[in-house]
Amino acid sequence: MTALFYILLAIVIGIAIWQIISIFNLKGAIATEKDNNTQGILFAAFGIFFYGLMIFSFWKYSVILLPESASSEGARIDNLYMVTMGVILFVQAITQFLLFFFAFKYRGIKGRKALFYADSHKLEMIWTIVPAVVLAGLVLYGLSVWNDVMDASDAENPLIIEVDAKQFQWEARYAGADNELGRANVRNIKGINTMGVDMTDKNSIDDIPTRELHLPKGRQVIFKFRSQDVLHSAYMPHFRAQMNCVPGMVTQFSFTPSMTTEEMRANEKTMAKVKGINIIRAEKGEDPYEFDYLLLCNKICGSSHYNMQMKIVVQEEADFNSWLSTQKTIAEVLKE
Amino acid sequence: MSDHHHKETFITKYVFSTDHKMISKQYLITGIFMGIIGVFMSMMFRLQIAWPDTSFSLIEAFLGRHQDGGVMSPDIYLALVTIHGTIMVFFVLTAGLSGTFSNLLIPLQIGARDMASGFLNMVSYWLFFLSSVIMVISLFVEAGPASAGWTIYPPLSALPQAIPGSGMGMTLWLISMAIFIASSLMGALNYIVTVLNLRTVGMKMTRLPLTIWAFFVTAIIGVVSFPVLLSAALLLIFDRSFGTSFFLSDIFIQGEVLHYQGGSPVLFEHLFWFLGHPEVYIVLLPALGITSEIISTNSRKPIFGYRAMIGSIIAIAFLSTVVWGHHMFVSGMNPFLGSVFTFTTLLIAIPSAVKAFNYITTLWKGNLQMNPAMLFSIGLVSTFISGGLTGLVLGDSALDINVHDTYFVVAHFHLVMGVSAIYGMFAGVYHWFPKMYGRMMNKTLGYWHFWITAIAAYGVFFPMHFVGLAGLPRRYYANTAFPLFDDVADVNIVITLFAILGGAAQLIFLTNFFISIYKGKKATQNPWKSNTLEWTTPVEHVHGNWPGEIPAVHRWPYDYSKPGHEEDYVSQITPLKEGEEES
Repeated sequence: MTALFYILLAIVIGIAIWQIISIFNLKGAIATEKDNNTQGILFAAFGIFFYGLMIFSFWKYSVILLPESASSEGARIDNLYMVTMGVILFVQAITQFLLFFFAFKYRGIKGRKALFYADSHKLEMIWTIVPAVVLAGLVLYGLSVWNDVMDASDAENPLIIEVDAKQFQWEARYAGADNELGRANVRNIKGINTMGVDMTDKNSIDDIPTRELHLPKGRQVIFKFRSQDVLHSAYMPHFRAQMNCVPGMVTQFSFTPSMTTEEMRANEKTMAKVKGINIIRAEKGEDPYEFDYLLLCNKICGSSHYNMQMKIVVQEEADFNSWLSTQKTIAEVLKE
Repeated sequence: MSDHHHKETFITKYVFSTDHKMISKQYLITGIFMGIIGVFMSMMFRLQIAWPDTSFSLIEAFLGRHQDGGVMSPDIYLALVTIHGTIMVFFVLTAGLSGTFSNLLIPLQIGARDMASGFLNMVSYWLFFLSSVIMVISLFVEAGPASAGWTIYPPLSALPQAIPGSGMGMTLWLISMAIFIASSLMGALNYIVTVLNLRTVGMKMTRLPLTIWAFFVTAIIGVVSFPVLLSAALLLIFDRSFGTSFFLSDIFIQGEVLHYQGGSPVLFEHLFWFLGHPEVYIVLLPALGITSEIISTNSRKPIFGYRAMIGSIIAIAFLSTVVWGHHMFVSGMNPFLGSVFTFTTLLIAIPSAVKAFNYITTLWKGNLQMNPAMLFSIGLVSTFISGGLTGLVLGDSALDINVHDTYFVVAHFHLVMGVSAIYGMFAGVYHWFPKMYGRMMNKTLGYWHFWITAIAAYGVFFPMHFVGLAGLPRRYYANTAFPLFDDVADVNIVITLFAILGGAAQLIFLTNFFISIYKGKKATQNPWKSNTLEWTTPVEHVHGNWPGEIPAVHRWPYDYSKPGHEEDYVSQITPLKEGEEES
């Protein structure tokens, strides 16, 4: 592929130079009938290139896409996405076809007169009302999903986790036995109390700081996001989850993990993707990659923005509970 | 208007000119120069994205202390994407596009001797020039230019300890943009007043070419929204230099707590996008106006649905000021507000769809004259549709969650506003070059320029959607920290190769442009057989545009192939025949 491009590029530059040299002989400026013909045909050819590129990309690049959603809220988002994409591809296919086809079909011929057709109230109404109806459907569907995803007020026994961002690291704090996070502020940051937890708040005592996120499958997780310095964005693409971390305020997002890490590793699409990745890694002589969920930073935050991540592990609830019980509380950590 | 008789010196004619035609050329040349810088930067960071660890002598030669052995530093990478965005959006597609064509065409197409205030117009250009100079100077400061992204969200843009570019580089960025906004406001006020007051006899608002409608409405959006960015910039300057806390609160950085308390970066986001989103249409509407004119002329057909086109321009303009929140769905803003912005955002698709369908219908049963300007106009319609449709994903808050700030967004806005607007600009240059320089551009080079650009543009931005859907965030210096994205590397190489191809194709344009100024074929008065007023002026420029009286207008501008007329075009200055109805 790469070599082909270099050859193409060389040909193009060669042609360009040849054309530029001959410019002084070519004084042509206005399209002739011959030009109309050539360019019209080229538009038809370009239409074929255009559809070819679309089909090629879908065929070749589908494997790199994210596998199915690992959260139940994300599954609704994916459905909405499929419906929207259906509308988009339908409209795209038809309008682009008409555009390139008309450019080809009606290429200018000397002596032919164009049709004087300036207005049609009926047509204008059609292409105002039809998009309006389709969009109304998309808006209603979209908003029902949005409200569902963003509203965590009816969560039953949710797990509450604070995710704290700073240049260029993520930290997390589990709410502990009382399932309530203690207060925190950057003014309390001192030594190993890197999240600035206010230890005078009794809710803080049993909070559990970690450098890795473990989530139980099937239980709704409410994330509280904070940032210590600049804007960051907590992006968990496999769960279709994202929220900015804003210094000076606490933001929130929630979802219910629906597939454990193990289950996702065994997922057909994930396996195909990982296989592709490992072929590339083997060529470069790198260790094979094993799939893991990730939290990554998705808001420009400085030099190492491109390397700010935290591993996420989704487990069965029992496994999760036993993991959590092995973690030290912040009171224990600070005492050491 | 007697001032077109007095003698002009070199300085008053070519430098501090108050003639709108000269000012338009000044805008164009400055815009092209800035465009070269902006595109060249994109070439450099595309090299980095495709081959992150490879040494390039190009990078070694241009980036000096910001590279190590031909590999750029992460900071300069962020600076390059920041300045690329700033330059392309503001300096090329706002000033370069609007400044050039509003200045050239408003007086010529409405039948005026010049802008309402030639002096203000001159000041507007020179402020733009000054802001360009400051932006270019900022590239050379010690710690590097602004690098917080073109959206300059604080606290990153406010704190030099967060990123080196937020020192002197950011200060110069803010000064440059403040001057730019002043320039842009002067220009916009001038356009509005000129269109409202200086139309020739018979030039009713409903007889204005769609170009003028687009420039007029664009100017109004600019006047409404640019001042808000100015206030955001001023407040940011206060936070940076005078210790206020408009946008900053509770910050702990490099081992110390800063004094800021009570501010919110989200406030900045609101202020920024209150301009930032209308800005998309400030960039796009003039391109659509230019396209309307060129498609109609070269199809030898009236633009389909003239009144619907005006209606949709106005609708887009109005809606564009109430959709800014769709950039902020995951900013921490109240989710209910997100719902409102989803609703208003998807509404914009309706007038946009009307425009797209009207363009396609204009082509139907036309007699298409395939001049380079026409090719770029058809290209614009194609990229406008391709890019616009993915807006249905990004404008829908629920879907935006997962693609926000990924390469999907980059692909979307480059197609819908970047490529589309630059196609509009190219179309305008090819079409009105004879009016600007009295010579024609070479069509063969124009064809090569279009086809290579068209292939490269889709070659870059179509695969890029998939990179975004793979979950890759934008503005990553390298993906090497994530084995998850190893399989994106190949796609990135393809994209970069197409980008280089597209960048190289612009050399064809530059050659054609500059050689044609001096060597191009001499233009005739109305080379495209067009109806609008600018083609009734002499080829040689005269101060005041028409040597004698300004002609009166008798009909709308789109009487192409009208039955009952010998020729397939009827100039706006031709009186209606007896019994002829105005369309």
